[in-house]
Amino acid sequence: MPSNDERWLDAEAGPVVRPYALTGGRTRPAGESFDLVATVMATHAPIADPASLAPEHISVLQLARAPTTVADIASDVDLPLGVVRIILADLRELGLIVISTPVATTERIDQHTLREVLNGLRGL
Amino acid sequence: MDYGVSDPVGGISVQHRAIKILLAGGFGVGKTTLVGAVSEIKPLRTEEPLTEGSLRTDQTAGIEGKTTTTVAMDFGRISLRRDLVLYLFGTPGQQRFWFMWDELAIGALGAVVLADTRRLADSFPAIDYFERRQIPFIVALNCFDGARRYDVEDVRMALDLEPGLPIILCDARSRESAKEVLIVLVEHVLATTTEQPVSGFA
Repeated sequence: MPSNDERWLDAEAGPVVRPYALTGGRTRPAGESFDLVATVMATHAPIADPASLAPEHISVLQLARAPTTVADIASDVDLPLGVVRIILADLRELGLIVISTPVATTERIDQHTLREVLNGLRGL
Repeated sequence: MDYGVSDPVGGISVQHRAIKILLAGGFGVGKTTLVGAVSEIKPLRTEEPLTEGSLRTDQTAGIEGKTTTTVAMDFGRISLRRDLVLYLFGTPGQQRFWFMWDELAIGALGAVVLADTRRLADSFPAIDYFERRQIPFIVALNCFDGARRYDVEDVRMALDLEPGLPIILCDARSRESAKEVLIVLVEHVLATTTEQPVSGFA
């Protein structure tokens, strides 16, 4: 099994940049925390200073044009979750995306919802 | 007023309910296979700074100076309805990955501990974790070719599980079997959940 560092050295990797270099060394996202399955959606607000955004910010913003989740974005941009969280928090601060926490992660799952899940699974 | 959310391929509605299910187990036990059998699977990785706590318990020989750890997760999504989506997260079972579980477990419906009868001890940490945090879980025994079919009650004794806790045999490669695992979990959670007002605090 390759070491963690070797995973970054595939044919498409280009110059090796430790992922947190993208975030200026920050390891914690700004503002209110959000769940892995929180919904992310672009606000389509104009970008005041496009030059201030890294290409990764733009990629994430493009993925959020349609509603998606934090986990989906992290998978699609192929960056570690921790880095994606920081990028998302940056975009939220700039008013470019909204992040809403799905109901089920802030409350206990009620019996009605459990039955809906059960019926859904049986119908697959 | 109907805002008519656009519906891209594989899209979700803004107001959907997200249900998380965790799948824990040792390396090579079939987590990726099971998630892939029942949902569209996507790779997801997380790189987290090692905390002092994890540095103390982790095997750090040979990686001195290493301050982050990379963990690959299996991430699957099942759209039950446009407004009800099930997310599966397959995570390694070892104690050093608990930092990820702490987040994944918040609001999760429950967990499946996937076990291999040839290496039952690999599932001890996951079982400990869910028991201590009172997260409902079931145990699914992945029946590998060539693995001896253990009696479920023998496994219950070996894992020191409570009498009512479901233990089922499964074939992680089979969609129907993987579905059944999830159904048994939801049924177990339903049986152990008492009706509460939707807006009430637990």
